[in-house]
Amino acid sequence: MNGSPNMSSRPNPILSAPRWLQIGIVVMALLAVAPPIIAALDQAFWLDVFTRMLILAIAAASLNLILGFGGMVSFGHAAFLGIGAYCVGIPAYYDVYGGFLHIGFAVFFSALYALITGAISLRTKGVHFIMITMAFGQMMFFGFVSLEEYGGDDGLIIYERSNFNGLIDLYDDTTFYYVCLISLAVVLFIINRLVNSRFGMVVKGAKSNERRMGALGHPTYRYRLTAYVVSGAICGYAGALLGNFTEFISPEMMDWTRSGELIFMVVLGGTATIFGPVYGVLAFLVIEEVLSSITTYWHLIFGLLLVLVVLFVRGGIAGLLRGWFSRKKGAV
Amino acid sequence: MALMQIRDLNKSFGGVHATAHVNLEVTEGEVHAIIGPNGAGKTTLISQLSGELLPDSGEILFAGRNITKLPMHARSHMGLARSFQITSVFQDMTMLENVALAIQAHQGHSFRFWKPSAKDASLTGPAMEYLAQVGLEDKANSIANAVSHGEHRQLEIAMALATEPKLLLLDEPMAGMGQEESSRMVEILGKLKGSKTMLLIEHDMDAVFALADRISVLVYGAIIATDTPDAIRSNEEVKRAYLGEEAA
Repeated sequence: MNGSPNMSSRPNPILSAPRWLQIGIVVMALLAVAPPIIAALDQAFWLDVFTRMLILAIAAASLNLILGFGGMVSFGHAAFLGIGAYCVGIPAYYDVYGGFLHIGFAVFFSALYALITGAISLRTKGVHFIMITMAFGQMMFFGFVSLEEYGGDDGLIIYERSNFNGLIDLYDDTTFYYVCLISLAVVLFIINRLVNSRFGMVVKGAKSNERRMGALGHPTYRYRLTAYVVSGAICGYAGALLGNFTEFISPEMMDWTRSGELIFMVVLGGTATIFGPVYGVLAFLVIEEVLSSITTYWHLIFGLLLVLVVLFVRGGIAGLLRGWFSRKKGAV
Repeated sequence: MALMQIRDLNKSFGGVHATAHVNLEVTEGEVHAIIGPNGAGKTTLISQLSGELLPDSGEILFAGRNITKLPMHARSHMGLARSFQITSVFQDMTMLENVALAIQAHQGHSFRFWKPSAKDASLTGPAMEYLAQVGLEDKANSIANAVSHGEHRQLEIAMALATEPKLLLLDEPMAGMGQEESSRMVEILGKLKGSKTMLLIEHDMDAVFALADRISVLVYGAIIATDTPDAIRSNEEVKRAYLGEEAA
């Protein structure tokens, strides 16, 4: 074949890809081969941990879109997870199990909630923005607590998972895992396109220097609001997956501490990076599992670790990996 | 023809009358400099022209339209560009991206979600040209926070030019520059003279007298004289209020 001359003129796209993308692809490939390995080791519990991790990674990635790339620190992002989950739970309560309907509701109502709260929140800046997004999140929390019909603060049991007319069987744990993994890959791809497009440049510019954006003639508000709505819709989708995964929803899912955890995951993994949220959630859940099996005081050690990462690791885990691998490359 | 007309503009902060009954005309094609001692209200004036501050009273007419109450981005779209006294660029982006963002602002809306802007020749092509106009073509891929102060100032000019303005508002483009950097900036602005109308605020008197067609002198928020550089140099009132200060 004519392989060899082409090989030299057009290098392998993976080998010539930037370092961060190579690392990310390796991690995603490892996640893709995890289920058979977990099955071989007979550790079904870890498949649960990893599925949960993938779902939260989608949520963290959606938060990173506005927090990392857009500089909008939303302290109420768990509300979207809750809305997405209730969009599975409430129809299921009425014996409506259509998966496409669930997903459609989750994305639509999350986007709608994002549009309304974002339109108000984005009029503020800095600490005020953090507080107002948190306040909206708590409003949703107490709103669902007061919905006695749907279990109030006891929550709602989802007796059947979403039904995709036989296309996808969410009751198969491995299938569910791959649904989450593919969803995550698609979401990361979309975010990567978004942040490098003209739209993304405006959002990043507004984070970097809003005043200058105005002077250049960019009406930034509408772009930031759009990013907020996109972020909310993606997180709502993650919420629908989470509802199916836990088969139970309660307002506790949208508590402000949950939003705080999402922020931690993003910061730990590396803000404004494509794969950072994945590393952050992975590290967060694995450390949580390991530490909590060692000592009941694991929160203390965990907190200290987070402080150390924030203080000493610039760019989070993604930054650490990139620095580590490029140094190795330089040494060769 | 007057490109910009300012009529009886006033702005106060508490008891300080920072802009006091200012009347000014900027003619199409000229370089009009505004000089004045520190605290004379030069930046306050330019901020009202660019739309960052709203005047208490008075009118600003630009290209025949009353823009007194127009927001900043709308003025930018009418052809009014401002460079900032304190460097205001996108520090975490490359020089090329900085200019590309300026160009993008004037190519319609930015609700384009899919195509990478770095591969968009309608952005990168002109961006390189504007960088070349200010002598920064070699620095296109440097991150803005890694270049010198003088290069930041040059980038500011390139970004202002990239919005294809009818009028450039330059707020102390030579601020904080060394001798060599200043003369490079004078050279860059000198090349633009004639093709761009400029309203220049500057402390560097050599630069002002080298570039300006007309000079207005601002003291305590009020304009005390507007004339050619030679006439300003010999104006007694100006000497007393401003130039005399340096001579003394």
